[in-house]
Order: sequence, then structure tokens, then C-alpha cells
Amino acid sequence: MAQIEHLVTDLVSGHTFGCHEGETLLNAASRSGRAVIRIGCRAGGCGMCKVQIFDGDYATGKMSRAHIAEAEEALGFVLACRTLPAGALKFGAGPIRQAIDAPQRRAK
Amino acid sequence: MNKGVMRPGHVQIRVMDMAAAVRHYRDILGLIETHRDSAGRVYLKGWTESDKFSVVLREADSPGLDFNGFKVVSNDVLDSLTGDLKAFGCKVEEIPAGELDDCGRRIRFDSPTGHAFELYADKTRTGKWGVPSVNPEAWPRELKGMKATRFDHVLLYGGDLDGTLDLFTNVLGFDLAEQVMDGELRIAQFLTCSMKEHDIAFIRHAEDAKLHHVAFYLNTWDEVLRAADIISMEDVPLDIGPTRHGLTHGQVVYFFDPSGNRNEVFAGGDYFYPDQEPVTWTADKLGKAIFYHTRELNERFLSALT
Repeated sequence: MAQIEHLVTDLVSGHTFGCHEGETLLNAASRSGRAVIRIGCRAGGCGMCKVQIFDGDYATGKMSRAHIAEAEEALGFVLACRTLPAGALKFGAGPIRQAIDAPQRRAK
Repeated sequence: MNKGVMRPGHVQIRVMDMAAAVRHYRDILGLIETHRDSAGRVYLKGWTESDKFSVVLREADSPGLDFNGFKVVSNDVLDSLTGDLKAFGCKVEEIPAGELDDCGRRIRFDSPTGHAFELYADKTRTGKWGVPSVNPEAWPRELKGMKATRFDHVLLYGGDLDGTLDLFTNVLGFDLAEQVMDGELRIAQFLTCSMKEHDIAFIRHAEDAKLHHVAFYLNTWDEVLRAADIISMEDVPLDIGPTRHGLTHGQVVYFFDPSGNRNEVFAGGDYFYPDQEPVTWTADKLGKAIFYHTRELNERFLSALT
């Protein structure tokens, strides 16, 4: 049986790459060979992989409140190392992310 | 000049998932779990340490360092240093005996880099784990994982390195063993209260009160290599290494705990006597100072903090 793969897009760079079901957004970005997200502790602590989700379903693990405040989490900010896409996803990993409207985020 | 601060004694580390943290520090690093308190904190130690604990894990919603405690030689020293800390201008708070189980009263104070430190004189002594104090064997055969021998030091990031150097040398009696200078600006300082090349270190950084790593001591380069093997076997996030630092010349591997706190296990390293001049690295050789072999700086090593 083919492994389920979600297509995720970095709206800043325009890169789209595949993310396996159960794989973190950061791991998929790293595996794609396109360094669209900075890689830090890979454990939800350092905040280096902070991005904003603009569209799509996802689940998150524990993320440091020092880097993702509750109000930010409600706006779709996540740490990519703790984010599991559950379908096609659009995110921003660059400086213009704040300027993009985010109408269809659905954090589970 | 030594003022009676003996050695690094403990750290309290914030973790976001206690079960995962205990598995990491106990089963992967190989520390010995010695206690759990009524607040849910877990106490551990390296097997060679004579006091009951040196690492305390506390569950919280963000990782990082709560405090780093140093053991002093007596309660008289504790009293006199308390006065000296107040005179220096530190915020000083007395934590009563028993706030940490099996630990005597602690004097908590802040540093110009925004970190919380403690001094204490008494902690329950349980001896080395797994070997008797009379006719001891070389090592206990029940050790797990990396078999870390002791908590060794922390490296911290903050702004006012000069003020913190003043505090540690002039008030607490540490010596400056090694430094990195960018012209006249000291951007890293390695301080010792012993014969080790560092008992604490600081790197200049815009944000105060940050933790770079908590370090544990191994005996040999081969053990560092085996630690790196375990990092791969257990799929622990690797930071860098195994390699050697120019600074201190220690043989190291860095990795992250399940909450993103950086750990170091290392072997070797230079020694220090109080009649030595500080070793100086210049900022133009910072790559070699940090990573002696690749001689290249690494953004993650410099930037990932908790």
C-alpha cells in the first residue's frame, strides 16, 4: 500500500514538497533538500523552526510557550518540529508571513 | 582567589514532558534516578557523585534552566558570601532547607546576565552509586546508556558578561581560565573554582537568562564516540559532533533532550591552576575555537537556546 503523502507549500519560497502521514513538517522540509525552515533542537524548545500555517489541517505536540504564546497558536503559529500535517498544507517560513491572510486554519 | 565555593552542585531543568525527560536523562544519558518529590520533580545524579542528586527535572510549559547551584565548603562561608552578594547588589533570597528534599538551606541570587544561581553547604551524602566507599570496584556494571559520570557545568548566554565576570571572580572567588576576545570586547568567558578548565561559562548574547547547554562528564574519547552511537540508535536530535573544541580542548558531542534543552557529554579538557594566565582566543579564530576540526561556525550551535 502506498504511503499517504501530503503536499505542503511554503508560500514565501514557493516550494512544494511531500510530507508523509505522521512525519513532522520540519522533517519533510529537511528531507526535501530545500532549507525553507531553520532547523534547531527538533524538540519544541528553541523556536528556530517557528512558522505560520495559513491553510490546512494539522496536529501539534508540546511547544515551548516561550516561543508560541496562546494568542499566536490561535493565529496558526507553530514550531514545525512539532507539527504533523493531516492534509495539504500552506505555511510561511519567511519574514512576509505576517502579511498573508489566514482564513482556513484548522488546528486539531 | 578561592573563597570557599567548592564545585557545581546542581541544576534544575525545565522539561515539557516528564516521562520523556526521565527516559532521556536516566536511560540514554545514564544518570541514576535517586528521588521524586511531592511537587513531582525528579532528582538524578551521575554515578560517581557523592551527594544524593545533581540534576532536578521540573515539568513546565517552556524548557530552560531554573537555577544552577554551587556547593560551598561550610555554613560559615555560606553566611559570609551571602553578605558579599548583597553588598555586590544581587537580589538575594534564602530558600529554606527541604525546599529541595535532602538539601540544606540555599542562598539564591541573580547575575547581571539574568540567570538564577544558588549556594548551599549541605546535601544528603549517599556516596558513589553502585560501588562501596571501602575497597570500591572500578565501576558498577548496571549502568545504562552513555554512563555519564557526573553533572559538570552549564554554559549560559546573556548580555552583561563584564558584570557577571566581576560577580564570579571578585565575590565568589572564581578564576577566568579562558576567554574569546573581539578586540577589547570579551564575547565568551570560561570560569573555574577548581582545577577544571571550566565550572561555568558565559557567551555574550542580546537576550538574557538563556541556557546553551548542560554538560556531563565521560572518561574517554571512546565513550564520547559510543555516546554518539547511542544518539543514532535512539534517534536523539544530534546538534554537532563528535568533535573537539579549541576552547578547553575537550572532546565533545552535543544533542538535545526531548524538550529542546541542549546537552553535552565530553571527555578530556585542559586543567587549571590559579597561577595560570587566562587562555585567549581571538574572534577571527572563533570557528576553530568552537569546532577545532571543521573550523566553521554553525548557526544552530550558536542560536538554538532554551
